[in-house]
Amino acid sequence: MEKEMIVNRPDNSKMYHPHMPTAWWFRKWSYFLFMLRELTSVFIAVFLVVYLFQIYHITQGADAYWEIAGQFRSGGWIAFHGVALIFAIYHSLSWFKTAAVILTPRVGGWMVPPWMVVALHIAAWLAASAAVLMLYVLI
Amino acid sequence: MSEETITLNVTRYRHEKDRAPFIQSYQVPYREDWVVLDALNHIKDELDGTLSYRWSCRMGVCGSCGMMVNGEPKLTCSAFLRDYRPGEIRVEPLENFPVIRDLVIDMSGFMDKLTSVQPWIIREKEKPVSEGEYLQTPDQLDAYQQYSQCINCLLCYSACPIFGLETDFIGPAAIALAYRYNLDSRDEGSHRRNDVITDVNGVWECTFVGECSVVCPKHVDPAAAIQKLKVETVSGMVRGFLMPWSRK
Ligand code: SF4
Ligand code: FES
Repeated sequence: MEKEMIVNRPDNSKMYHPHMPTAWWFRKWSYFLFMLRELTSVFIAVFLVVYLFQIYHITQGADAYWEIAGQFRSGGWIAFHGVALIFAIYHSLSWFKTAAVILTPRVGGWMVPPWMVVALHIAAWLAASAAVLMLYVLI
Repeated sequence: MSEETITLNVTRYRHEKDRAPFIQSYQVPYREDWVVLDALNHIKDELDGTLSYRWSCRMGVCGSCGMMVNGEPKLTCSAFLRDYRPGEIRVEPLENFPVIRDLVIDMSGFMDKLTSVQPWIIREKEKPVSEGEYLQTPDQLDAYQQYSQCINCLLCYSACPIFGLETDFIGPAAIALAYRYNLDSRDEGSHRRNDVITDVNGVWECTFVGECSVVCPKHVDPAAAIQKLKVETVSGMVRGFLMPWSRK
């Protein structure tokens, strides 16, 4: 018969139970950067919705597209796209850093160092961006 | 010549007297080779025998002396006074845990979580002793060794804001230890552990702040264990969906 383990637990009512302060993410630089990374997702999501909206208008013909494109030339939208670009770069770099944690590839007995995993991701990212730019120039 | 001293501001809490923790300051002799734990032992032996805290090995092995030192989770037996001089040193109980007394936190929640992930080798069927040991190659050992270095010091829990907000989260060390046994070539119990660590309070609670790995004194890298488990869980689900016959 299995013996039941007897565990002595401290009395919950006699303990002090601390609470996380609401502004916990201001307490450490790394927490702040984490919250910033989470916030970047909101900007990227809004950018993607706007982008899909523009693509939809391309399918409606050149006039429909240029009409909507004109509205995105306002200062507010340009500022939004600037911020969204910075956040997208920050978000992507933080993802590459994550990839270096998750992917620990081995070549023979040699483990590819994390900085190389990040560098390869950045190289692939730059190559993909260059290919998109080429398409844009050619079309 | 008067002896050089350093100030330790220590959190005190005695449930029978105090409604909330408060700070008590002590002047302790400064020694080049003293760690914060030595200073606490000096207080306990020479200045105030009522101060409570945990320690045992004094060499970074037992994992019992974890506290907040100037706001950072540290093993106090490895935190040298000289690294904080000339300022004062703030010593507090590990964050995100209930406090039993002074610097002593309640670990029972962690012990329950640790037990729930079954951190031991599980065999479907044990072979008789007469058949000998379960052998393992150096490469097989290498696969999990890093994750087996955990000393249950709980610094990682203290550094994790997600655990601070969601105390039901199984948390970094327990998940890293589950992963350690999943990776062990002698083990056959990963499906049992995965039921727990991929459940609502498991790996998906983690949003990869990464501080658990930064503060870990044994370089266990629990954040990596959690992210790898996420990827393995998703790829296992996709594989199970595309190739149902591959399910264990
Ligand atoms: S993973 Fe590291 S920080 Fe966390 S309990 Fe284990 S040794 Fe301590
Ligand atoms: S006293 Fe054992 S780890 Fe510090």
